[in-house]
Amino acid sequence: MATLGLAEFLSSIISESGVSGHEGKVAALVEKHMSGLFDEARTDALGNLIVLKRGTGRTPHPRVMLAAHMDEIGLMVTKIEDQGCLRVTQVGGIDRRILPGLEVIVHGRRDLPGVIGAKPPHVQEPGEREKSMKWEDLYVDVGLTADEARELIRIGDIATFAQTPIKLQGKFMAGKTMDDRAGVAVLFECLRVLRDMRHQADVYCVATVQEEVGLRGAITSTYGIVPDVGIAIDVGFGDQSSVPEYQSISMDNGPGIAFSPAVHQGIFERLTSIASELEIPYQVDPSPYPGGTDAYAIQMARGGIPTGLVSIPLRYMHTAVETVCLADIERAGRLLAEFIVRLDKKFVEGLKCF
Amino acid sequence: MLLKTLTEAFGVPGQEQEIANVIRELVSPYCDSVETDALGNLIAIKNGNEKGPKVMLTAHMDEVGLMVMFIEKSGTLRFKPIGGIDPRVLVSKSVYIGKNRVPGVIGAKPIHLQKWEEADKPFDIDGLFIDIGAKDKEEAEKLVKLGDGIIFATKYEDIGNNRAKAKAFDDRIGCAVLIRLLTMEKRWDFTIQGVFTAQEEIGGRGAQVASYRLEPDMAIGFEGTTASDVPGSKEHLYSTSLGKGPALTHADASIVADPRIVKRLMEVAEAKGIPYQWRELTTGGTDAGRIHLVREGIPAAVVSVPTRYIHSPVSIIDKTDYENAVNLMAAFLDSIEERGLPF
Repeated sequence: MATLGLAEFLSSIISESGVSGHEGKVAALVEKHMSGLFDEARTDALGNLIVLKRGTGRTPHPRVMLAAHMDEIGLMVTKIEDQGCLRVTQVGGIDRRILPGLEVIVHGRRDLPGVIGAKPPHVQEPGEREKSMKWEDLYVDVGLTADEARELIRIGDIATFAQTPIKLQGKFMAGKTMDDRAGVAVLFECLRVLRDMRHQADVYCVATVQEEVGLRGAITSTYGIVPDVGIAIDVGFGDQSSVPEYQSISMDNGPGIAFSPAVHQGIFERLTSIASELEIPYQVDPSPYPGGTDAYAIQMARGGIPTGLVSIPLRYMHTAVETVCLADIERAGRLLAEFIVRLDKKFVEGLKCF
Repeated sequence: MLLKTLTEAFGVPGQEQEIANVIRELVSPYCDSVETDALGNLIAIKNGNEKGPKVMLTAHMDEVGLMVMFIEKSGTLRFKPIGGIDPRVLVSKSVYIGKNRVPGVIGAKPIHLQKWEEADKPFDIDGLFIDIGAKDKEEAEKLVKLGDGIIFATKYEDIGNNRAKAKAFDDRIGCAVLIRLLTMEKRWDFTIQGVFTAQEEIGGRGAQVASYRLEPDMAIGFEGTTASDVPGSKEHLYSTSLGKGPALTHADASIVADPRIVKRLMEVAEAKGIPYQWRELTTGGTDAGRIHLVREGIPAAVVSVPTRYIHSPVSIIDKTDYENAVNLMAAFLDSIEERGLPF
């Protein structure tokens, strides 16, 4: 049975590693923490975790898919230098300026703590301080000699940020991989709300893989599920200084509900009207582009799937201190549960008529 | 877990009370007196023979950090470094603010919203801020005061093969060496003045006033010094390397170490088979630079534990270097008992 609270669930899953293509451990953890909330679980060929909570009433039930990606950005070892330090490249988009002085865990034959070092100050040319470190100036120091390192680490091994969860004031929490484990936490929250509710729809909650390298898990999982409605849950740019107001959604003000070419207008209307009716705070999050989230892949699966996108406001995206407000996750989970209990055959058939 | 306790304690320059209290607890049972002075130095004395010399041993308690300068309407905190910090190490790190250790994070603009060329320039320190998750200025003001010190939220942990990572090995590793010497059961027949100095990172300020007051016959400062035996650095620029023993200094930018003390250190190391290395850089400075110019001059030298990534959120030492620094210094003190001062 799922006994964890939301904060514990999120802390636990952000503490696990799961760089794109290496999500097995985090998938197992999510499934374990969700047990009792679903009827069936499976993983597909790419590693997507698909849990099904069946609906009630006459079959066939409408099928709704909720997708949040569980993969995270990280580093990959490309070379072991003679000093025992490791050269690395990025998996997913990383601003190299966050790396000097950052702690990581290198997933070698065993997990090895490491520190990202850079060219020492006294060997830098005058003026170098005015420039950011290049990838070729950076390396991971695992405190081993080259021979020791070669015993334990191979080229291609993965490293993740070592940041442990940080409880900030109120319901704010920071850590690595909130993008998009916060979305996975929305799935958890939605299933917790649905536990006490009746719904006709079969609910497929998918923790997808490989979003950060090209939405790949959503492509195959949507093909397998064939949903009538798909909703991606991802993170959106939270308000912070250095980001213009018009490019962000504000923290602790409810989830963003996206309006974009990737979003079916009927689903947008339904989500916003339910939120208004139940006084669940939300923010309209417009985008002229269809890309960037699993919603793109879900919408384009098979002959086209009506798709929605719900975003959790998040500050400092793709750093080790991504920050979210748990209240926004709770609101998104409740909104999706209320959306699901209102879902019927008539609504999903109407989505095909423009 | 001496190293864990020392490195995780709070103590930016001018706000060393917490680390001073931690050290006071550890050394008090072994010392004849432990007191603080007007700048916040912690002075621990082990008396010897009244006619014997007075040997001052120092290590600085303070660590580089940040200071709260302003609280924005939004509740985020503006800060400045206290001590020398390359602003490029700050982004994406977690910190603790003030003695109540309010957790905070130093965020950055998402890579998705950056122009391609933005990544070539470091984040401007004036654009950085700390987020504690406060709703607004009013909530933040209940938790944080202007002037509060800020430390990195780094945990001590063993790493690699007999190495350790932590914040502030510069100079908590020196504090550890000094604590180990002061808490030895052995009593030497001369007076040891153990000084855990304040405000080294902003100019050796504690060391200067403590040496004036204590008037030692000689002094040795213990430091965590740069080791750059890492990629991107050529071998002749390593300065020191991990695992090759404590480092002795001929000269840095602040002092020409007293050659008689340095010679004695070499002699005892070689006699006891304790490995040591030379600190090859001649830049940088330590407390000894202040100490040797106090009153009419005090013969002084420096013994260092090589440390990678000083002045950053996380540094690395080799624990055998630390053990050998303790062994070398114990042997040096024995030599004073046996042969007197080196001059």
